[in-house]
Amino acid sequence: MESILIAIFALLGLALVFGALLGFASIRFKVEGNPIVDQIDELLPQTQCGQCGHPGCRPYAEAIANGEAINKCPPGGQSTIDALADLLDVEPQPLDAEHGEEKPRAVAYIREDECIGCTKCIQACPVDAILGAAKQMHTVIISECTGCDLCVEPCPVDCIDMIPIEPTLASWSWSEPRPGVQIIATDRGHRAAVTGSTT
Amino acid sequence: MSRIWSFQGGIHPPENKQQSLQQPLQPLSLPERLILPLQQNIGTPAVPRVNVGEKVLKGQCIADPGSHVSVFHHAPTSGTVSDIGMYPVPHASGMDALCIVIEPDGEERWAELEGIEDFRAASKKDVAEKIRVAGLAGMGGAGFPTDIKLHLSDDHIVTTLIANGVECEPYITADDTLMRARAEEVIGGLEIATHLIQPTHVLIGIEDNKPEAAMAINAAAARSPLDIEVVVVPTKYPSGGERQLIKLLTGVEVPHGQIPADIGIVVQNVGTLAAVYRAVHAGEPLISRITTLTGDAAERPGNYEVLLGTPVSHLLDEAGVDRERLSRLIMGGPMMGYTLDQPGVPLIKTSNCLIAGTQEEFPPAPPAQNCIRCGQCEQVCPASLLPQQLHWFAKGREFGKALDYNLMDCIECGACAYVCPSNIPLVQYYRFAKGEIRKEQVEQRKAEQARQRFEARQARLEQEKEEKARKRRERAEAAARAQTSRPQPAATNAGAQASDPEAQLKQLKTQAAVARTKLKKAQKALEQAEATGEGDSQALAAEVAAAQARSDALEKQLQQAQQQAQADPSKEPDLKALKVAAAVARTKVSKTEKALTEAEQKGAPSAEKLRDSLATLRAKADEAQRAFEEAERAAASGQEEDTASPALDIKALKTAAAVARTKLKKAQRALSDARETGDTEQIAEFEPQVRELEAQAEKAARALAEAEAAQPASPVEADLKALKSAAAIARTKVKKTEKALADAREKGLASADQLETALAGLRQKAADAERALQDAQPRAGAVEDA
Repeated sequence: MESILIAIFALLGLALVFGALLGFASIRFKVEGNPIVDQIDELLPQTQCGQCGHPGCRPYAEAIANGEAINKCPPGGQSTIDALADLLDVEPQPLDAEHGEEKPRAVAYIREDECIGCTKCIQACPVDAILGAAKQMHTVIISECTGCDLCVEPCPVDCIDMIPIEPTLASWSWSEPRPGVQIIATDRGHRAAVTGSTT
Repeated sequence: MSRIWSFQGGIHPPENKQQSLQQPLQPLSLPERLILPLQQNIGTPAVPRVNVGEKVLKGQCIADPGSHVSVFHHAPTSGTVSDIGMYPVPHASGMDALCIVIEPDGEERWAELEGIEDFRAASKKDVAEKIRVAGLAGMGGAGFPTDIKLHLSDDHIVTTLIANGVECEPYITADDTLMRARAEEVIGGLEIATHLIQPTHVLIGIEDNKPEAAMAINAAAARSPLDIEVVVVPTKYPSGGERQLIKLLTGVEVPHGQIPADIGIVVQNVGTLAAVYRAVHAGEPLISRITTLTGDAAERPGNYEVLLGTPVSHLLDEAGVDRERLSRLIMGGPMMGYTLDQPGVPLIKTSNCLIAGTQEEFPPAPPAQNCIRCGQCEQVCPASLLPQQLHWFAKGREFGKALDYNLMDCIECGACAYVCPSNIPLVQYYRFAKGEIRKEQVEQRKAEQARQRFEARQARLEQEKEEKARKRRERAEAAARAQTSRPQPAATNAGAQASDPEAQLKQLKTQAAVARTKLKKAQKALEQAEATGEGDSQALAAEVAAAQARSDALEKQLQQAQQQAQADPSKEPDLKALKVAAAVARTKVSKTEKALTEAEQKGAPSAEKLRDSLATLRAKADEAQRAFEEAERAAASGQEEDTASPALDIKALKTAAAVARTKLKKAQRALSDARETGDTEQIAEFEPQVRELEAQAEKAARALAEAEAAQPASPVEADLKALKSAAAIARTKVKKTEKALADAREKGLASADQLETALAGLRQKAADAERALQDAQPRAGAVEDA
């Protein structure tokens, strides 16, 4: 009987000690906010376009952290979905067509002689990339434009175009090598290819 | 003789250098036109300084650097600038870029050049500036601006200067020829570079397959006052790579992520050094270079002194390249060069070699097979990487892992692909992965920037909202304070004059309204009690009587106060208040009318009472209307002299006219409705109303027209703007309606017809707006001229 009591008290004592330790740790090392939201937000393209149905990328990141589908971001495209799937350890899904399709990156362009200076696009721009004032011509700061499309709808005179970004010499990069034909090649071609005709 | 170290890996491909060394350096004839790309180097493109049609002299500067890491460009010969536009440039992408095109006049007239006689006496800054304005960029490979490398900041202490004469890639002999022909210039350039960066050790590295060049350089170095060490290194590819050469000559490895200057070493190509010599001594800008033309398709392979901007096709013609046999044209060497698709591209500052290969010489790459993990690539990698792993990661698009395996340290020398028994295009995979990683980095930077801007905007909006809320709160608080601090004008002491008669009036009004409401409630309660027979109806009746008395008393007080306020001579009749009063009275009348008709229909006994009150209300409304009209007339007569603000007047008139029109329309509609229903009584009632309103509207329109005519047409500009916006909006409306119409038609909706009529109207309007705008424009012009 005594040994049982000793065991009970010993376990009780241990439970109390560890409970106190855990309680202290949960207060002392409390994490502010949800760190996964930051990680998700980092992967999103930050166009702030709202095509996912949330007012900006961070709200969508919060929604994903709370279990929303990861395939609602057309500007990010498949690569973003894959990255999110990798981060959250879920199955990658194809892009949800309901929220739009993946388009090449574009920037807004204001046909300046048609602009009437209504400032509606300025209010719509989520990243303050449009410059102008009431009754003055507006223009887009191309380096800041995320191509989110949000300025196109409010324009009363339809003078905003979305122009896809053409690759330039600076932004060009090599394409992926085409996968080789799966055949057994002889050595003949190889030798001639690399040594030239002199050998 | 200093010790020669060794670097890991490397290969020994067939050299194929003899073909182009059979003839000495040859000049090239003047081509028909020279195409000078504005970007021939790493960094940002240059900015043109000349215009189309301008005459330029040989050596004249035609483009300024676009940023710190950018170079000047000069006219390679005298002639005319015929175009500045997009032309294909020598780049692996085969894309076009901005170029300046010069048509030579054949006179070869030089611009005035000025060199530095004794560079040792000149300041370092002057010498570096001379090199900068000569437009020098590294002539060995990437084309980094030379002046930056030679004029480092003070925190870089350079101990070793290395001249790179290794030229390890097969086929290329441009540096070899240069060292044979112009050894003095190379040594002279080395002296200048030494003067600029003051190294303790000066080395020249030459591969042992160029004994003639080594001999010439040795002879020239012996004549130099400097202690220059000429090191002949064993032939191995790629010992000419900057990092590999440093390891070879000094035994030091440049750490990952650093440049040689960080560990006190500067490497310059021998061609660049010769150009430095010319730039400093003669002030001659970089307008030509030595380019090797070789390959089996060339009849006369050799080294040519070409003007920058010379089209590749011109060089091919001069060297007698058989276009029939030519199957692959390679810019650069066979290991690191790229295939040119079009021979129209120009030769630039970094073009050291051009290979016109035949089908036998460069057969198409055999098909790639699977990696067998033989590990040969790892054996030959000069950067000590794991090419096999990198290949897997690039193929599987695991770029993060490729980065972890130091993909960015790959110099793309092609040694791994050369030895690969499966013919896997390894370098292509690395280039692809590098490109993707760079793209990702750029996108990440952009995303970060967008996020910051978005958050800043959110914060700003939040702040503005808070500011507004705070202001509103403060205003409310101030109002509340004012209310409590004011001495309570007791309702019982009605005779006492408060300091603010208006406030008192308001208070009285509120009190009267409250009393009325109470009275109504009491009446209702009484009615209910009487109907159901419940409760103490007598007590209720007494209450109603008391409430009635109080309400009446208050009403009387209020009327008195109002009369007083109106009689106050110091106070102008408040037009607005009167208007509101009149409107309220009218509304009351109409409400009561409605109630009366309802009551009559139901035959309720309250109809009688309502009829009485309606009569009084009508009288009141008439009175209010009259008071308002009088006040208005008085105000108008007062304003007649006051013509300072005609624009305002016009606005008011416009509004009045619009209101009149709307009223008229309403009345007309009511009339037509009445006619349809055949209600003769109503027709009789509405007809005079409509007529009266018509007259009113006409009057308003006339007044407006008069006012507009009387007003000088001064603010034409503002008008023009307004007209422009009106026209634009009209156009857009038309467009939108057209779209809607098309949609409707497609869907076969019945609204299509309606839309069509609307569209016609809108079109008419848009045309009107356009015409008005056009009319206004010459007027505006005339005003501006005046």
